[in-house]
Amino acid sequence: MISDLFSVTVLVGILASGIRLATPYLYAAIGETFAQRSGVLNLGVEGQMLLGAFAAFYVALTTGNLGLAVLVAMLVGAIMGLAMAFVTVNLHAQQGISGIGFYLFGLGMSDLLFQKMLGTVETVRGFPRIHIPVLSDIPGLGQIFFSQNLMVYAAYLLVPIAWFVLNKTTLGLKIRSVGENPEAADSLGVSVAGVRYFTIVLGGTLSGVAGASLSIALLNVFQQNMTSGLGFIAVALVYFGGWRPWGVLGGALLFSMVNSLQLWIQVLGIPIPSDIAVMMPYVLTILVLVASVSRVRGPSALTKPFERED
Amino acid sequence: MRSRLNSLFDALLPVIATLAALGVGAVMLLVLGANPLEAYGALWVGAFGSTNAFAETLVKATPLLLVALGICISFRGDVINIGGEGQMIVGAILATSVGLTFTGLPGWLVIAMAMLAGFIGGGIWGGIPGVLKAYFNVNEILSTVMMNAIAVQFMNFMLRGPMIDPSQAELASKIPQTARLLEPFRLLRWAPTRLHLGALIAVVLAILVYILLWRTTLGYRIRAVGQNPNASRYAGIDVKRHVVLALLLSGAFAGLAGMIQVYGVNYRMITDGSASGFTGSAGFNGIVAALFGQLHPIWSIPASVLFGALLVGANSMQRMVQIPSALVTALNGLVVVFVVSSEIWRRRRQRRRLAAAKEEDVPPKPDPDTPGKTKVRA
Repeated sequence: MISDLFSVTVLVGILASGIRLATPYLYAAIGETFAQRSGVLNLGVEGQMLLGAFAAFYVALTTGNLGLAVLVAMLVGAIMGLAMAFVTVNLHAQQGISGIGFYLFGLGMSDLLFQKMLGTVETVRGFPRIHIPVLSDIPGLGQIFFSQNLMVYAAYLLVPIAWFVLNKTTLGLKIRSVGENPEAADSLGVSVAGVRYFTIVLGGTLSGVAGASLSIALLNVFQQNMTSGLGFIAVALVYFGGWRPWGVLGGALLFSMVNSLQLWIQVLGIPIPSDIAVMMPYVLTILVLVASVSRVRGPSALTKPFERED
Repeated sequence: MRSRLNSLFDALLPVIATLAALGVGAVMLLVLGANPLEAYGALWVGAFGSTNAFAETLVKATPLLLVALGICISFRGDVINIGGEGQMIVGAILATSVGLTFTGLPGWLVIAMAMLAGFIGGGIWGGIPGVLKAYFNVNEILSTVMMNAIAVQFMNFMLRGPMIDPSQAELASKIPQTARLLEPFRLLRWAPTRLHLGALIAVVLAILVYILLWRTTLGYRIRAVGQNPNASRYAGIDVKRHVVLALLLSGAFAGLAGMIQVYGVNYRMITDGSASGFTGSAGFNGIVAALFGQLHPIWSIPASVLFGALLVGANSMQRMVQIPSALVTALNGLVVVFVVSSEIWRRRRQRRRLAAAKEEDVPPKPDPDTPGKTKVRA
């Protein structure tokens, strides 16, 4: 019944799972924010996430070492990022299309490795919930904010760090100047290629973590194409957030809250066809893009390859 | 002679890119413990080994070609349409409902109406991101991806609900599929293979798209907008309208691919709940084929056959050497990456050629101080 939605338990449940569901979006979208602020649209996020998710899952399943699993996922994402950087920075390849290429590669490769190395869907012991003493005992709030797992906390911690790096450090200044006016940055002695390599590899690394957060912290399984568009939504969230970490956080929360609501609607048996309910977050993303993109201006050099004139 | 050599080199670039992708694939096969020669051999036999195999290759190539034709139009207009999957789905839903509704009409009429319905359905699904891009500045790559996700849910809703096969509706399994089309509505087949009339339709359309792009004002304007929107605006072309048209037409061809899948191959719309369950990922692989065909409608024909062969061959590879067919998806991704990366060499050669042409057209002034030294070759 609709009225069930408004009971305290359900509301707390919706908020708690909304906070949790935002995790992969945060990792991937913060990484993508860095790439885009330096002028590179990385559309391969989804592929990087899938490979990261598989790598983390496989390591966690075979060794039981979750830290190592995240590390390997980061490495896999970084390697994918390195390839992307080479293709877009050195070879000036069209960023949107090469990103789709990397997506297809990650999609096929993760499926291939899964079928060859595991074959069946298994579950793994993922990151356990951490109940923060005292705080987690607060009714409602405790369950929403202070009883999540480590990867969830780390994702939220990433937001202020990203804000600080982008806005308060020389590195951030370099990244932003390369994204706004690479010619000027270059004439001031900033290595455009170097900065872009850094941001793309960072983006890939965080996408790998985003994948790991799915397979060993939220769902604790690996399945073929388990991200199902999540990486593309993360890219959309960067636009939505106006290329700013706090804006990205807002977008990720809004999106995952709607998603969480949609899941609870199905759990409670409210008579909305589940297919239509699943559709809602995507419709929302489009509407939000319409509302936000025409308002905020993105980095001027976004998707433009830089070529030094000599 | 020189220019012919140049264009030959340009045409060879994608072939080199594919060979490079197959090379990487061979390394992957070795790592997975399979013999690459054996695996690629199985792939070849599966795709071209018999009349039936070749017919299957063409059956797979048909939707790829139709999607690729749309991609040629949109990418030439500098609009990146990633929404082929969704556009195929919506086109197929409309086309199928035509076939299931007008059961009293003659076959040729229903097929014609269904083609139109597929065209319109895909056109709407491509047109929406077009309007969003042109008038609301929404990145079309993102909106088309979202439209794919929405279309999948729409399909699942329709095939489990309003359009479900009446015989499935009573069963507990509830396979998401529609009823079968009546006999006269099915596209002609070249028995005993599954090769159908849709393949011929696609080839004819490839020629029409070539004419559209290079022999009509509309095509000229779409390409002009794609190459230089600012110059086009000064020349009086309505840039926004042509951005919408490019995406709309692109979607329409994908929608037609969806219709052909239903009327030529399955005779019903069926899925496993995912987009590729219905499309076989043709909406994505069509992009690969179009890029491989240098965004040229005619070159897209052999390109589609090649990727159709890869898809069909992958299945036999899976059967014969136990390598999952997902390998081909990964290889397709590599082909895309390699083809767009190889563009740099083409651009470099083009620039060099332009520079050389400039030098020959404008003879430099003879230097009065050093007579005899008139031309400096770079």
